Amino acid sequence: MIAELGLAALWLAAALAALQLVAGALAVWRGGEESGGELAGLIRPAAIVQGVLCVFSFAMLVWLFVRTDLSVKLVAMNSHSDKPLIFKIAGSWGNHEGSMLLWITVMSAAGALIAFVERRLPERTMQATLAAQSFVALGFYAFLLLSSNPFERLPTPAVEGNGLNPLLQDIGLAFHPPTLYLGYVGLSVAFSFAVGALITRQVTPEFARAMRPWVLGAWIFLTVGITAGSYWAYYELGWGGWWFWDPVENASLMPWLAATALLHSASVLAARDALRAWTIMLGVVAFSMSMIGTFLVRSGILTSVHAFAVDPERGSFILGLLVIYIGGALAVFGLRAGSVAEGEKFSAVSREGALVVNNVLLSAILGVVLLGTLYPLLTEAMGVRVSVGPPYFDPVGTVFVVPMLLAMMVGPLLRWRGDRLERVRKPALIALVCLAGGLAVAIALRAGVLSTIGLALSAGLAVASVMPLRGRSLRRLPIATWGMVIAHLGIAVALFGMASERAFNKEELAAIKVGETATVGPWSVKLAAVDPVAGANWTAIEAVMQASYAGGKPVELHPQARSFWSPPQETTESALATRWNGQLYAVLGKAADSERWQVRLWWKPFVTLIWYGGLMIALGGLLALIGRVREDLRRRIVQRKAGERRAEAVP
Amino acid sequence: MKGWRFFLPLGLFAAFVGIAGYQLSQPKSEFVESAMIGKPMPPFDMRPATSDVPGLSLANLKDGKPKLLNIWASWCVPCAAEAPHLAELERQGAPIVGVAIRDRPEDVAAFLARYGNPFQRIGADDLSELQLAIGSSGVPETFVIDGEGVIRYQHIGDVRAEHVPLLMEKLREAGA
Repeated sequence: MIAELGLAALWLAAALAALQLVAGALAVWRGGEESGGELAGLIRPAAIVQGVLCVFSFAMLVWLFVRTDLSVKLVAMNSHSDKPLIFKIAGSWGNHEGSMLLWITVMSAAGALIAFVERRLPERTMQATLAAQSFVALGFYAFLLLSSNPFERLPTPAVEGNGLNPLLQDIGLAFHPPTLYLGYVGLSVAFSFAVGALITRQVTPEFARAMRPWVLGAWIFLTVGITAGSYWAYYELGWGGWWFWDPVENASLMPWLAATALLHSASVLAARDALRAWTIMLGVVAFSMSMIGTFLVRSGILTSVHAFAVDPERGSFILGLLVIYIGGALAVFGLRAGSVAEGEKFSAVSREGALVVNNVLLSAILGVVLLGTLYPLLTEAMGVRVSVGPPYFDPVGTVFVVPMLLAMMVGPLLRWRGDRLERVRKPALIALVCLAGGLAVAIALRAGVLSTIGLALSAGLAVASVMPLRGRSLRRLPIATWGMVIAHLGIAVALFGMASERAFNKEELAAIKVGETATVGPWSVKLAAVDPVAGANWTAIEAVMQASYAGGKPVELHPQARSFWSPPQETTESALATRWNGQLYAVLGKAADSERWQVRLWWKPFVTLIWYGGLMIALGGLLALIGRVREDLRRRIVQRKAGERRAEAVP
Repeated sequence: MKGWRFFLPLGLFAAFVGIAGYQLSQPKSEFVESAMIGKPMPPFDMRPATSDVPGLSLANLKDGKPKLLNIWASWCVPCAAEAPHLAELERQGAPIVGVAIRDRPEDVAAFLARYGNPFQRIGADDLSELQLAIGSSGVPETFVIDGEGVIRYQHIGDVRAEHVPLLMEKLREAGA
């Protein structure tokens, strides 16, 4: 009964999406407020009820997983009655059907929220936006209901479930996909706004202000999702790396790059009414990247370490959706963008000028990542199998990242519309001196070429990013400005972590007996014992290691080699010793012979800064979001009061 | 900006759809085929993998009769699964020689005692040297070698019942 309720809610929601599309299209076609009248009145309620129904449907799926209802195919395939509760819940989205339901749920909930709160745009643009949102949603409803029904029953209930992939039975990963989804799908709102504004040709600063919180929100989730995913890969896979340029990682990085560019160009549009066509374009591209990423991952046309359930039929379905939505939006863009007026002019040396440079370079980096990700597809069509990895991405990406970071050092110091370089000479010089200092230190320490560039830039950027605080009253500084400073500083912090890890990483692979000691960098690690241990649904061999930093007090580490039995699979649980200046990373391998154990050790100086930096970037985004929403609420209150006063003035 | 430039993104996207669509329509092969098909076997001479069965050298393959060359190991579970089908191939008259990868004589003997021995000869490839030289990436794999020692066909993965006629046909094509 629970499954049937969920499915019924989903069908109803799909029907409401269809209603919303028809009503919205008719209202826009007939010309908005005047004549759309009764039909137009249906649009917002339809969006809201649709959101509620989807949330209900998703809640039903979670309930099925919590109860481990093995008569439902999805539960039987992906869950197990012995699994800890939290992973039963996480199991509901740890599979294709459930994750698509989560996708549509987030999307319709976002649609409901804009229908509920967004009142400042012209009504006709809102109608077009909500119609576009429901149009996109309809495709995903069709996908879910016709080819991936999560509520399908088994003809005879299973005796026991198959369990969840053990690699995914990790608390960090349980929340990694929903976080990324909130990001991907949040961008769908920006997409709908862009399409709505294109249709009505009302690309105004108001439009940018309405769109910006959505982009910011999505971008925060994407940032957190990518950061968490990177840390998860680092400690769970046991390979010691934090980014592999894997197609699935790129699939999350590309929307992030596009959203970052969109965020900055939307700021220009909001503040200065410039870059209209460009902002619209990025709004379309950002969500397109989310969908293309989903397609690449789910269709199985690219080979990745993320082995998702692959199905060519589903791949064709998603490709069809891409053609309709991305192709449609880009066609509308081609037809309409020429007739959207260009907007205000500005001189090259100005805040806008720097943001244009930032936008162009971010787009170039996006192009580099996209090309690298798709390149194997291109060559495979010609019969050659290649794999594109760090040797391409690292140097080619650097070519564009360096000028972008240099522009980032100066940009926030410039004034809007037009400025003179002489005015920012002093802070720029300070930053350059720090950059040169970083360069000298890195060269003295013999870091590699890319690491040297990274270390120097991070020093310069760290100083430059706090320069906008110079000479300003810190207590009266707008929250959004704090957000910018912290996010930019976060980039410098993360960059320092990446460069340091790359330059000074030490690795040691040893086969040692119990009682023997291996050394890596400043650490000496003694293998004290190797014992069997058991968990809720696994058994493991656990090593006890006593690691001592530069002869100091030893800390105890417990790396494990785990064997899960439902389904049978082996994973390595690395053990970490974190200090302020880096991490010791220990992995227990197999028995080398009857007495010795293979042990893999890394010393990674300042590696944790990569993720702290990522979190700082997200925090900066959060502050900006709070600042913008507060500004917006104040403006609304002022407007309402002005309205009341006017009403009182007229007797 | 000129009007046509606004259509540039659409053009790029169309190119992407073209390539992606083409790739989707292609059958996806998960296996890496050997580049050695059509080429002669490299020279080799391997000791017997177990005491009861003779070893294998290139000269044994160049005796004018096409053979099946089975790459296997006693520690490999699919190899045990394919044993009855190798026996069926032998019953139908296919000469089969084996290469045991990284194996111990006593394990090989135990495997043959348990699952039967369809092999005329079994060479021991302790470092996967021959395996790598003929472009095999795993166990089990079965190659068709013609009477001159030239690799004619590669079957990746275990031999199942439905593969038996196919392998007999390939053997005939190789001149049996």
